[in-house]
Amino acid sequence: MTEPQPPRLAARGLVKRYGHVIALDGADFDLQAGEVLAVIGDNGAGKSTLIKALAGALVPDAGELLVDGERVRFRDPQDARRHGIETVYQDLALAPALDIATNMFLGREVRRPGPLGSLLRMLDKPRMRSDAARHMSDLKIGLGTLTQAVETLSGGQRQGVAVARAAAWARHVVIMDEPTAALGVKESGQVLELIARVRERGLPVVLISHNMPHVFEIADRIHIQRLGRRVALVDKNSVSMSEAVAIMTGALLVDHDHADRVVVADRAAAQAIGVGSGSPDS
Amino acid sequence: MTIPTATSPPASPLTQPPVAGSLASAPWWRRALAVPTVGPLLALLLACTFFATQSDRFLSGGNFSLIMQQVMVVGTLAIGQTLIILTAGIDLSNGAIMALGSVVMTKLAVDTGLPPLLAIVIGISVCAGFGYANGMLVTRVSLPPFIVTLGMLNIAFALTHIYSNEETIVGLPSELLFLGRTFSIGDTRITYGSVLTIALFLLAAYVLSQTAWGRRVYAIGSNKEATRLSGVPVQRLTVSVYTVAGVIYGIAALLLVARTSVGDPKAGQTDNLDSITAVVLGGTSLFGGRGAVLGTLIGALIVGVFRNGLQLMGVPSIYQILITGILVIIAVTVDQISRRRTR
Repeated sequence: MTEPQPPRLAARGLVKRYGHVIALDGADFDLQAGEVLAVIGDNGAGKSTLIKALAGALVPDAGELLVDGERVRFRDPQDARRHGIETVYQDLALAPALDIATNMFLGREVRRPGPLGSLLRMLDKPRMRSDAARHMSDLKIGLGTLTQAVETLSGGQRQGVAVARAAAWARHVVIMDEPTAALGVKESGQVLELIARVRERGLPVVLISHNMPHVFEIADRIHIQRLGRRVALVDKNSVSMSEAVAIMTGALLVDHDHADRVVVADRAAAQAIGVGSGSPDS
Repeated sequence: MTIPTATSPPASPLTQPPVAGSLASAPWWRRALAVPTVGPLLALLLACTFFATQSDRFLSGGNFSLIMQQVMVVGTLAIGQTLIILTAGIDLSNGAIMALGSVVMTKLAVDTGLPPLLAIVIGISVCAGFGYANGMLVTRVSLPPFIVTLGMLNIAFALTHIYSNEETIVGLPSELLFLGRTFSIGDTRITYGSVLTIALFLLAAYVLSQTAWGRRVYAIGSNKEATRLSGVPVQRLTVSVYTVAGVIYGIAALLLVARTSVGDPKAGQTDNLDSITAVVLGGTSLFGGRGAVLGTLIGALIVGVFRNGLQLMGVPSIYQILITGILVIIAVTVDQISRRRTR
């Protein structure tokens, strides 16, 4: 028997409290190689706290993080980045007045070789531009000149830049927080295609989204977060969209001991949203 | 618009013409005006042309050398001011810090009898220390730059008067006056101070456009949170900006001493606002993240040319201030309109 591959990124029993509020209450997390894992949950379920812990943007009070089965500690986003984990933030973390290439290399600027770089600290702008162009064309994003300021781009194009930057630097995992939230229908579709292309390149993607159709279109597996915990980790094809919502709200449960069967936890709630009629009572 | 590649990938859905408001398709003159220094440069040339028709003495090497001497102190202060404004900050204390620096270096050299070079170094260090303090208060205590530097303006002002006993320091050693000396090109006499000011502008322009530090200064002013999430140590960088500005104010103090030949505790009281004027006239946005330091040089020169030209025309000096005010409002309006266009 071959050993099963350890997950690319995992978390065990994460706890995070803010005063009396428990944002994470022993949450687990598993991301396998080559998959798009959607993280869904109601407001206050601890989605963003979980994602921040995975991205190093906050330090959990308890629990552990594992990269390829190795225990790690992220004290800040730089630590996560050093492990090859890149995050695309919801509010498009780009500097609008700067051009595309500068944004892609912000914080990781490349200096010229020789004394121009070491002595005069001169940036290698041509090289950063051509590298940026290569990363963009890898993901088939065409944006004209890379010396264009980001603020001249549409929302979808900006998201393209943010995703290309993450994909260019990520060695391990790309985390995307609500990448389609601010976009129209057409641009959302383009970003979903982009996520698929990132997956084709072998990078697993964590996708946080409120948008169920998007989740079911692109995800391989779905992590459902509720009340600070992961209540279900299901294959996309094993649940329907309304069942996923019902699990999110607590109307249904997933019985992991019995082949991930969906069972009714709250008959009244389940009937109210019209799911779980075929399942036996718990 | 697609980036050409060897295999020419199928047209991407993200390949679309830039959205409305983009300048890529605008006529050349609209694109040229979008470069932040082009507008101020045109204004400067127009002003020069106008004054050349009004006064025979305006277009002479000697007169331009005089204008340069008149703007070099405020111009140098405005380099530091530009750095800070690019990070979306503002510095109201730079004139007062400069005055303190000039009193410290002259008093140490004359009254205490320190070697002049040591006195200069200490004077510049005091200015750098004030800049560092501004930066620490803005970042670690996260106070608004306006309030921090308003407080520091009063502190530096008071310390200047306490330390100097309200007395002007005279009889300065020659090392402190070196930058006021001149050399000649043809029959135009140019001060070393003017040359130093121009050199500082060129150095700042290089650093801002060609180094990672410079690009990050812009990034902080454009989107501080995004810059932090990109892995830039925003707080440390901001402190370094205020400290570098302090060093530049120290050099401005040396220029001030050389220009006036005394250590004057009452000097520089409106220079903070004049430096902001130069930055704004130069096309740098008060909201941070966009602008250019060479624009600030042009902005300082616009003020200098107007004052000089109106003086040559015999216009009372109060009208010079009136016109400066009108120019500032025009410059900010242009900035605001161009920002709206690109949103």
